[in-house]
Amino acid sequence: MPKRHDIHKVLVIGSGPIIIGQAAEFDYAGTQACRALKEEGIEVVLVNSNPATIMTDKDVADHVYIEPLTVESLTMIIDHERPDSILPTLGGQNGLNLTLALEDAGVLLQYHVKTIGTDTATIRQAEDRELFKELMESINEPIAPSLSVEHVEDALEFAHAIGYPVVVRPAYTLGGTGGGIAHDDQSLHDICSNGLRLSRVNQCLIEKSIAGWKEIEYEVMRDHNGNCITVCNMENIDPVGIHTGDSIVVAPSQTLGDYDYQMLRHAAFNIISALGIEGGCNVQYALDPQSLEYCVIEVNPRVSRSSALASKATGYPIARLAAKIALGYTLDEIKNAITNKTYASFEPALDYVVVKIPKWPFDKFYDASRQLGTQMKATGEVMAICDNFEGALMKALRSLEQNINYLYKKDLSQDSPDELRRKLTHTDDQRLFVIAEALRHHISMREIQELTKIDIWFIDKIRHLVEIESRLRNGPLTPELLLEAKIREFPDCVISELTHMDEKSIRQMRIDNQITASFRPVDTCAAEFAAETPYFYSMYNGEQEASANNKKTVMVLGSGPIRIGQGIEFDFCSVHCVWALKEAGYDTIIVNNNPETVSTDFDVADRLYFEPLTREDVQSIVDIEHPDGAIVQFGGQTAIKLTKDLMEMGVPILGTSPDDVDAAEDRERFDDILERCHIDRPHGQTVFTVDEALSAAHDLGYPVLVRPSYVLGGAGMEIALNDDDIVKFIGHINEDYQEHPILVDKYLPGKECEVDAICDGHGILIPGIMEHVERAGVHSGDSISVYPPQKIKQTIKSQIVDYTDRLAKALHVVGLINIQFIVYDDQVYVIEVNPRSSRTIPYISKVTGVPLVKVATKVIMGESITDQGYHYGILPEKETIAIKMPVFSFEKITGADISLGPEMKSTGEVLGISRDFNTALYKAFEGTGLPISQKENIIVTIRDSAKEEFLPIARKYYEYGYHLYATKGTCDYLKANGIKSHQVNRMNESSPTLIDLMLSNTIDLVIDMPSRDNNFKDGFTIRRFAVEAGIPIYTSLDTANALINCLTRHKDKPDIIDIATL
Amino acid sequence: MKAYLILADGHVFTGESFGAIKETICEWVFNTSMTGYTEILTDPSYAGQGVVMTYPLIGNYGVSYKDEECGLPYVEGFVVHELSRLSSHFNMNMSLNDYMIENDIPGIQGVDTRAVTRIIREKGYINGMITTRDYDVEDVLERIINYHPHDLVKRCTCHVPYKLGEGSLRVALYDYGMKRSIANELVKRQCEVTILPADTSAQTIINGHFDGVMLSNGPGDPADNEDIIMELKILKASGIPIFAICLGHQMMALAHDMTTSPMHFGHHGANHPVRDLTTNRIYISTQNHNYMIDASSINKTDASIWFENVNDGTVEGLKYLHEPIMTVQFHPEAHAGPLDTSFLFDEFIHMMEEYKDAKKT
Repeated sequence: MPKRHDIHKVLVIGSGPIIIGQAAEFDYAGTQACRALKEEGIEVVLVNSNPATIMTDKDVADHVYIEPLTVESLTMIIDHERPDSILPTLGGQNGLNLTLALEDAGVLLQYHVKTIGTDTATIRQAEDRELFKELMESINEPIAPSLSVEHVEDALEFAHAIGYPVVVRPAYTLGGTGGGIAHDDQSLHDICSNGLRLSRVNQCLIEKSIAGWKEIEYEVMRDHNGNCITVCNMENIDPVGIHTGDSIVVAPSQTLGDYDYQMLRHAAFNIISALGIEGGCNVQYALDPQSLEYCVIEVNPRVSRSSALASKATGYPIARLAAKIALGYTLDEIKNAITNKTYASFEPALDYVVVKIPKWPFDKFYDASRQLGTQMKATGEVMAICDNFEGALMKALRSLEQNINYLYKKDLSQDSPDELRRKLTHTDDQRLFVIAEALRHHISMREIQELTKIDIWFIDKIRHLVEIESRLRNGPLTPELLLEAKIREFPDCVISELTHMDEKSIRQMRIDNQITASFRPVDTCAAEFAAETPYFYSMYNGEQEASANNKKTVMVLGSGPIRIGQGIEFDFCSVHCVWALKEAGYDTIIVNNNPETVSTDFDVADRLYFEPLTREDVQSIVDIEHPDGAIVQFGGQTAIKLTKDLMEMGVPILGTSPDDVDAAEDRERFDDILERCHIDRPHGQTVFTVDEALSAAHDLGYPVLVRPSYVLGGAGMEIALNDDDIVKFIGHINEDYQEHPILVDKYLPGKECEVDAICDGHGILIPGIMEHVERAGVHSGDSISVYPPQKIKQTIKSQIVDYTDRLAKALHVVGLINIQFIVYDDQVYVIEVNPRSSRTIPYISKVTGVPLVKVATKVIMGESITDQGYHYGILPEKETIAIKMPVFSFEKITGADISLGPEMKSTGEVLGISRDFNTALYKAFEGTGLPISQKENIIVTIRDSAKEEFLPIARKYYEYGYHLYATKGTCDYLKANGIKSHQVNRMNESSPTLIDLMLSNTIDLVIDMPSRDNNFKDGFTIRRFAVEAGIPIYTSLDTANALINCLTRHKDKPDIIDIATL
Repeated sequence: MKAYLILADGHVFTGESFGAIKETICEWVFNTSMTGYTEILTDPSYAGQGVVMTYPLIGNYGVSYKDEECGLPYVEGFVVHELSRLSSHFNMNMSLNDYMIENDIPGIQGVDTRAVTRIIREKGYINGMITTRDYDVEDVLERIINYHPHDLVKRCTCHVPYKLGEGSLRVALYDYGMKRSIANELVKRQCEVTILPADTSAQTIINGHFDGVMLSNGPGDPADNEDIIMELKILKASGIPIFAICLGHQMMALAHDMTTSPMHFGHHGANHPVRDLTTNRIYISTQNHNYMIDASSINKTDASIWFENVNDGTVEGLKYLHEPIMTVQFHPEAHAGPLDTSFLFDEFIHMMEEYKDAKKT
């Protein structure tokens, strides 16, 4: 069957901002699919509200709209672009939901837009719990007894009939938002009422709990001819009950026999055939470990986190195939791009093991509950490949960059066996370490299996690692033992720690005994055919299949797992760097370990090494490749951290020299530079101890900013108002960052600005200045950022450009530099300089039309800015106003405080873009998913010190028509100033309280200005309640002010802008 | 104990012995299935051959007798990268190691199986020796090179006929080294299956008034079985519906004066795509063969190609034009492998029903 001839222009919907449960995997899938479409001569119209993505590049799509993912804006885009088709399955749950909404609104029919790939009827059948259940019953595929409910009472009644525990799954939410396991009436009542509120259709599924069964997933493809193949299956090490996104996953399955494997594979084919899926699909099962009984948990008729993982685990590009299938191709018509001999209609054969471990944000939210359940909490993940399970697990563990390189945590080693037994029953992120510790305490494997429901096969693997660890501890280190340890991927640093030998002699002993890493390709076919695409992983004691070539080779280091503070934007930078290098004729190598990203797609760099980003792992690659240089400035802190190591390996660091990077990080050296440049910064001191910090604070005067040096994303940064704060914060910092000094700075509550610039040694190029809406003190990643700046004077702008020029030159920057300024009392202060790529690079590149990474990469490789057709200095400001707004995932992280401060908390961002400032702002708010006012009631809780400043803002809300609710203090204050407001009781007072009000489902917005005094705990509870009830909440007056301003002043008919034309 | 795999090209791979301690010379092939080692070990088509598993972790779920494809494994040796320390499955009867000891199969673990696979990929299936003795390679190379398998079907077939299942359709199933699953598929479809030794004459079957004949899989070079092919020439003219798998498929082609030839390293795995040329549908199939039918030898007036291999275009199935005969190179009975083509047994049932009805009228 040839390609369909009725498809010329396709609308692709992206997944929106990065939030927990919806991360970079959709950028990877969307980018791959768009490129596959363009390869076929299709005109691609892309819509995504997330500016940090690679898919929203004009290189990837023909028309790019960074607009809110709403029916209204999509309708305008469809009206303007007139696509003939829409491909709904690439944008995650958002993409599916939005396509359904467009159909419901009659838009698709009105504009004659057909859905290609999987159609809307199929999506409904897979997504609607009741329809899905009926379909499964009709094809005899078992599902757990369940009932869709719209009222809590019905849920309770059903639970009584089938017995507790039951699982609550809200319909049409992603990442299991609002779901949970209920063990009794009370917990069912709580979870279900919350789930109903969060569900788009006010519907929850109540299901018999099959917690403790094995959780198995299949990634399957089907074309319109009915051909089906399995890309791979995956086994969650954690049993059913822990969200698959929070589970440690292994591919292929390890504990399934062929009968079990084929039974579930066959069921997956039955299901996708019955649904009529054309493209990729994920099927999740629960399998009873004691019988052949299974049930279907869920079907995702789209690309997903699991499909990204399966693509990377096998080398089979699912999204690309899904796009080709949508165009009418069948699987046997599409070549396997890795072997170039076989076709897409085959099933990958693996000759290695893949392990994925989630990356959780608990290091950022140390107060949050670490418990894992049906609600996903991880922000990202790492994947590792090895020829054995233990090795893959060890590699994945160190890829997480938590300074943990084997299954040992000191704080657990003090636990008694009973304490460990208790912890084994507790499902949290520490599980793997608890199991290892339990084994060290001789708790039997059977007992551990009983307590954790983890298959004993996996427990034995952990035991194997514990055994090797103990043999290393007890010595002597023979070459045989060393080889054994290396096969199981014990890094030299761990062997050194356990044997008390220094790391260098261990490396020497390895070299002397020829114990070095070999690289094998991921070839999709277990060596049956010679592969042409070089995608490598390392292992020990095997043949070397990688080799260097004679071309000039540059190594680009990626940024590892997505985490708060280091997200998708660094993958954007790494990928663009590779593309620019290729364009300039270099051979490129990328090293990364994040399966969700574009950078780890096998055809981005010339060679991909899917490896942990540690010194030793990178060294092994360098030993084979002998690159002519490495670029570290695009891979975030992960890559920067490896600078010194690379130099020691003899790999030249291309771009800004490491010594100059150090000069920007080192307080004293940096102060010298500022002095030489005649630039001010807020006064501050470097300290190591609490006493030093206290005396520094007294010298500077409160408030002061306290933070560890050498971190990204403001980790550990806090504003201290008094001595108690200092004591508390220094304690926190010292838990995590003992080696580096702590900085104590005077806090200036001014206006924050930011620039990204390129310096070629002779001059700088600034695409534009960005201005923050929130005053200094809120982390730049959590601030609303405006380009071009609206509120700073021309003289200040000139001063910023001048300072940037001086600093870039003083630091001898070659490549990118990011500088943050505070404007306070018309004075410009520098607060931070990062001589590397920053979070704002994708955003400012797109809105100014300057491909910053490309220009910077070429500068690094020796071309000047002017050679590339740009002038030194700042570019003229665009007429288009672009506003970047942070997006948070607080509802997913129980117990996390949502109030904003110097430590970054957002997981993603959206862009609002318009020729009118307030319209751009309005669009950005819309893009964050804020349900713009229907019910017109808000709660305000304002600390005393901020009341006066709040007054004019409150007046605007009041005049706009909002009903204000406040507790006594705020209420009296508002009334006294002529603003009508309703008094509600505090939480500890009699009903109705603030909480009752929030539960009544009539509140649109909460404005909460947290105080640090006795009411802090109250405030915390209020904030958590708002978040968990799905009520928007702002904790900065600047944000609240911006919102009411744009609500009143935005244009009714917003403009839409194709940023490919900027 | 150390064990060695010595290949006919002089390559030696060292690993740890497991299973039986025994020295064997045989032909070596690799299999890319990620599950199903029990079914592979017990597939009689591997008589005269040793198997290298490309998936590195073997033995994870132990061995269950339920998974056996015959009561007596014929695999000569088994080479794996890592034998699981512990096996875990609710259905298992014993560990793989114990099973191989019980069935006298020698194994080596700790081998760089990818390296062995790459040699076989380059050189084709290759003779080799598995041993625990530390030979000087030169001393044994000649013995290894000179190994030729013989009388393979004779070794694997049953010696006396026996019956399985009950039902209205009576099927004669030739056992050339049959996988149990073939009989099971028929029994599942309410057939009374009579399993017959490979040397059963065509006339016996014609006299037995069966509703259909099933030719099983089996080991070795199809052309070695001249006597069987002679009987098939008689049988094909009988008008009885015939369904043949693998070796049966190849021998039926030889009975129609087509030719077969050895492949480079054959197809051994559970991920082989085949295309049904009548519908253009693709199915993933289990395959295990070193020989193929030469497409050029097919007389287009006798038979048409029904299935072809999507990867290399080789013949995967034939439909005979003047006789109720269909044959496939792959394994619709699965085990190990996908169940995608089990519908072929339904087609066979349909053929037999039509034949039976025609007989009545």
